[in-house]
Amino acid sequence: MLSNTGIILIILTLFLSFLIIYISVVNIKEKNNIIDKKIYHYTFYQVIFSILSFLTLLAGFINSDFSLINVFENSHSDKPLFYKIAGTWGSHEGSLLLWINIIVVFSFLFLIYNKKSNKIFRLYTLIFQNFLILGFLIFLLFNSNPFSKIYPIPLEGLGLNPILQDPALVIHPPLLYVGFVGSSIYFSAAMASLVSNYKGKEFALSIKPWILISWCFQTLGIIAGSIWAYYELGWGGFWFWDPVENVSLMPWFAITALMHSVIVLEKRNSIYSWVVILCLSTFILSVTGTFLVRSGILNSVHTFANDPSRGIYILLLLAIMIFASLIIFFKNNKRETYNFQIQSKETFILINNWFMFFFLISVLIGTLYPIFLEALTQTKISVGPPFYSIVIFPFIVLFLIVMAIGPKISWIKGGYKKINFAIIILALSTFLNFLIFKIFGSYSILSNLIIISSIFLIIHSVYDLFGIVKKNVQFDLSRIISHLGFGLLIFFIGINHNYSIEEDFNLKVGEIKNFHKYQMNFKSLEKNDRKNYQAIVGNFILIDKKKNLKEFLKPEIRVYSSPETLTYEASIKTKIYSDKYLTMSNITRSDYYNIKFQEKPFMIWIWISAIMISIGGFIRLFKKGELK
Amino acid sequence: MLTKKVKSRISFLVISIVLLITSVFFILNSLKENVLYFLTPTEAKFKEDLEIGKNIRIGGMVKKGSIYADSKEIKFTITDFKNEILVSFSGTVPNLFAEEKGVVAEGKLKDKNFFVADRILAKHDENYMPPGEKNFLDNNAK
Repeated sequence: MLSNTGIILIILTLFLSFLIIYISVVNIKEKNNIIDKKIYHYTFYQVIFSILSFLTLLAGFINSDFSLINVFENSHSDKPLFYKIAGTWGSHEGSLLLWINIIVVFSFLFLIYNKKSNKIFRLYTLIFQNFLILGFLIFLLFNSNPFSKIYPIPLEGLGLNPILQDPALVIHPPLLYVGFVGSSIYFSAAMASLVSNYKGKEFALSIKPWILISWCFQTLGIIAGSIWAYYELGWGGFWFWDPVENVSLMPWFAITALMHSVIVLEKRNSIYSWVVILCLSTFILSVTGTFLVRSGILNSVHTFANDPSRGIYILLLLAIMIFASLIIFFKNNKRETYNFQIQSKETFILINNWFMFFFLISVLIGTLYPIFLEALTQTKISVGPPFYSIVIFPFIVLFLIVMAIGPKISWIKGGYKKINFAIIILALSTFLNFLIFKIFGSYSILSNLIIISSIFLIIHSVYDLFGIVKKNVQFDLSRIISHLGFGLLIFFIGINHNYSIEEDFNLKVGEIKNFHKYQMNFKSLEKNDRKNYQAIVGNFILIDKKKNLKEFLKPEIRVYSSPETLTYEASIKTKIYSDKYLTMSNITRSDYYNIKFQEKPFMIWIWISAIMISIGGFIRLFKKGELK
Repeated sequence: MLTKKVKSRISFLVISIVLLITSVFFILNSLKENVLYFLTPTEAKFKEDLEIGKNIRIGGMVKKGSIYADSKEIKFTITDFKNEILVSFSGTVPNLFAEEKGVVAEGKLKDKNFFVADRILAKHDENYMPPGEKNFLDNNAK
């Protein structure tokens, strides 16, 4: 029943895509400036049908309808309702349906919010967007159908992977998807702009809000994933330079470059081709990421569904997209004249773009090189954090300084007039860094430079912020918040990295371990039956011998029965100035438990400053009324 | 003579090409120095140009009955059913680290038969729990 309903809704959405493409093509030839009312209607129906198909799958999950293979494989009747709902996008098929929903919704929103733009440009955008919708719908129907049936109907489902049974599953994938899939709309818009010759300022204005939306959501999505990995994986880290993290970072670099360049296009009517290339590559990189993750080519510490047969289809889709965009780009691209003065905001935005592309290429090479090497020579290698530390971190220093100075330079031709001011701030940052270095303990030269430059950016941004408060104008608030957030992020990561304490040992129940200024007392183990798992809880008492403080930490080992899996839950005590992080794991045939204790200073501030970066984007979106 | 515009364009082009080449060269060079080679115990045994003291990864199966733990470290044997290598590790083992399951150890070789790991990675196999593990935990927790 649900299966048929779902498939019919999908086919209706597919049919509407064809119809919209056809009517748009006809409509383009008509020599007036009005878009056919039918197009609005059909696009609206398309949204309704695709949302209904998603709700159908949701109903399947809520009612535990195991006649659907997807529900059978990813749900269980004793799972809490919360995770039944989130399970809808916990599998590959379900998340692909979410993906399609987002493309469809963005297609509709772009159509109704861009009334001011040129008709032909809007129609072409719609056509390209519907080609994307078609591509993914066909993929869904023939390869990854969430509505496939199973017979005989099983009595019970296999259950959702316990690592995914976490509140973060509810927000992390949707946020990332809005961010990544949202970039489809300016992919289509860029193609449309090439075909319809709709360039310059108008084009920049029509795509800017969509770039902002997807940038904000991508940023938030990456942060949410990072927080999730921090408390779920039990390593106490939040970024591992794991291939799956890297593929999420690549489109982010492209879109961040785009977000800055589009301003140049808007204000100076220049670098049009570059903006188009960035629009195209952001979405292409998003799909590339999906391909790498879903095909199972990458080895990752993170959990996600993968299957090689999907890979081939996504690869095909990707090839068509890249091929089509290359052809359209080179066929329609016209020569531009550039007129840049070295000392201008434009130049600094290009410098930003250079950094973004340098980071992007480093991550791309680091992620893909092992895959190619293994395919060519059978040698298995992995590229880990040391590579990224060497390649990326030294450039972060320069990047932070440029980030502080760049916004102070005006458009067209404006020298940097505040050299004395910058020198004073630099001296102040060096002094502050020296204080931290002397009082709390020493660190490497590179760390010194990173912390100095991050303080340099922080002071610059705070100074600007006060300027705004004094003059009571809202000029550039969003930029300042985002840049300040970035400065703080790097600063806290630097501090956190250098002052973290980590201690690993094995302990039996009742034993005591002394280390640093702490005493760890493994009091007891207790067993708790919870909704769909059994928890083995360790009771630990941590005594701070210096301050005579007592803290209770309760890490858990969770035993799930459907499917049979163990997971380790860290016990994290978060305070304003530091996190205490304890994990406990059992060792086969031994009474010893493997204990990992970490003290991570300013952990919460890393999250707060990262969230600040994306808040900057939201401020611009709402304050300036970009969405009109 | 070249006009000023052409001159500035040429210099822009030259600067970008030089920047591009140096950055790619820099990236590739750092890559060469910072990759971790992945070897099986057999490969580790027969590979001749192996640098002892350089970080590598050893992968294979945890040998049955080989896990031993005391208050300082965990010792176990990685096997590929032809050759094996003894691993010593002090730190946290990941989810699903267990006997007769796939494992990857990252660290340094002391000699051809002894490996000191700084990190253990276990391969995710979501639908599996080592047999007997559950009973063992049940007995341990009161």
